[in-house]
Amino acid sequence: MSEDRAPGFATLAVHAGAKPDPTTGARATPIYQTTSYVFNDVDHAASLFGLQAFGNIYTRIMSPTSAVLEERIAALEGGTAALAVASGHAAQLVVLHALMQPGDEFIAARQLYGGSINQFNHSFKSFGWNVQWADINDISTFEKAVSPKTKAIFIESIANPGGVVTDIEAIAAVAKRAGVPLIVDNTLATPYLCRPLDFGADIVVHSLTKFIGGHGNSIGGIIVDGGKFNWTATNRYPFLSEPRPEYNGMILGETFGNFAFAIACRVMGLRDLGPAISPFNSFLILTGAETLPLRMQKHSDNAKAVAEYLSKHPKVTWVSYAGLPGDRCYKLAQKYCPKGAGAVLTFGVEGGEAAGVTLVSTVKLFSHLANIGDTRSLIIHPWSTTHSQLTPEQRKAAGAGDDVIRLSVGIEDAADIIADLDQALAAT
Amino acid sequence: MASRVMSTLDYPDTLLRKVLGSTKSIAIVGASANRARPVFIVTKYLISKGFRVFPVNPGHAGGEILGQPAYARLADIPEPIDMVDIFRRPDAVPGIVDEALSLDPRPKVIWMQLTIRNDEAAAKAEAAGLTVIMDRCTKIEYGRLVGENSWAGINSGVIDSRRPVQTVEYQRFRLPGVVGGGERK
Ligand SMILES: Cc1ncc(COP(=O)(O)O)c(C=O)c1O
Repeated sequence: MSEDRAPGFATLAVHAGAKPDPTTGARATPIYQTTSYVFNDVDHAASLFGLQAFGNIYTRIMSPTSAVLEERIAALEGGTAALAVASGHAAQLVVLHALMQPGDEFIAARQLYGGSINQFNHSFKSFGWNVQWADINDISTFEKAVSPKTKAIFIESIANPGGVVTDIEAIAAVAKRAGVPLIVDNTLATPYLCRPLDFGADIVVHSLTKFIGGHGNSIGGIIVDGGKFNWTATNRYPFLSEPRPEYNGMILGETFGNFAFAIACRVMGLRDLGPAISPFNSFLILTGAETLPLRMQKHSDNAKAVAEYLSKHPKVTWVSYAGLPGDRCYKLAQKYCPKGAGAVLTFGVEGGEAAGVTLVSTVKLFSHLANIGDTRSLIIHPWSTTHSQLTPEQRKAAGAGDDVIRLSVGIEDAADIIADLDQALAAT
Repeated sequence: MASRVMSTLDYPDTLLRKVLGSTKSIAIVGASANRARPVFIVTKYLISKGFRVFPVNPGHAGGEILGQPAYARLADIPEPIDMVDIFRRPDAVPGIVDEALSLDPRPKVIWMQLTIRNDEAAAKAEAAGLTVIMDRCTKIEYGRLVGENSWAGINSGVIDSRRPVQTVEYQRFRLPGVVGGGERK
């Protein structure tokens, strides 16, 4: 392949970041199950610790296995660099740690994964990082929430659990006017369906636990640096614009060009907060990433078939799936994720909470559990589980009312998935 | 407000590989002995890769930076140089390019570091047959092409199923070609 030819998505999904192992020739990425790495000499060690050379020191901060995963996802998202961490929540923690000082504010969409709403409302508030909620159905609420203390805006591309598509470009415009980075959680879409950086986002985060790992076997998260935000234009992001005493007075934003944010997250967030991913998890997630385009297409095609089936079922009161023509997000989905609207959809079952409970107890192929993005089809009643720690108002605002069933449609045969729902709906 | 820093300049990897793989000697204009400055880190890195490096800074002339004698001007360097690597403000670039063009033999490459760009000076150097690279870091590009940046999760844009070229040391790669590449001294 000519070096100057830009490879396609499927090629990147298999190859980006991975080379044959230089010492053994291993072609699959080895699991470097070691805590530490030997230095050539004292000067080499000093260079590594002083950020004067890239290389491996200690697995809390980097690992050659995780580095392949990082470069792979950076390439798939069209970013300049990435940092893999222990979970999706750790990614959110490390990103905001690099941006926020106590007393600062960030704006977040109300339509988020329930765990993120919790993280922002409770733990982050205790750090003095004050969330201001806005509504993706009314972009002006983002504009109105901007204050001199605002340091970032956080949204999901396709929101969990509602299956709602966010107008990334419109919110990116608000972020640009405010001079703050737009962070997009792209977990539900994955870069196969949507690349937020192409629509003006500055940072992408993922729960790798979901579709990128894809097989329901590993928790992980990642931060992707879009490389376009100018961190040194103002003094609002001191981690990047001020001399770092522990690195001889180095200014990270000046030294590391368009991947300075990813470096800052690694050498301060990961170094000090410590949520490192295990090399073994990185290996499993990397294996999943190789088939991401195949799986995401199948997930989306199956979900669309299921949504069409449900929308005609007499016991189903409504279906929210942005891939269905007529859905209120259909137009946004055509713009942001034209190949498919992902695997996650919600619907209302006649009979409210009681019928929902019957449904999740009667399915046989579906697994009743609190995850999404497995090869297997998954079902949950968010009201009583993932979103149960929120107030009823918050649950409704997040798209998790008491009659709501969430599906994460797997990659089994669509006919079998539909047959299982059919027998379970008959029992309600 | 936040301006966008990503460069619109586009240099194919084959060109960067050719430039960095065929360069032996580099003048570092705007050299510094301050360990926190990017130029110090780049100078140290290029030395470790086996390049012959000549720091240029009138304030250090007669002294040494990283063990290399420092010079006041390009014309004071006692050997031919292949590349002039510029760590100065864009408005200082035309004077440096003029100095470079008056050398005999002329350098083959003018390289301007991250955020440094001067299109007129570049056009002049190119018209004289030199290769010009702007708004790029020599260390970042070398490390990207050989695969070292990948250890930090940086998107190299390189896909290659061949064996990386290792030096005798741990954790150091090099471009195939003339430069020795960090053999143990
Ligand atoms: C959209 C979204 N973001 C973040 C998370 C948190 O990820 P993790 O469970 O890997 O910490 C989840 C998990 O369900 C999620 O669905």
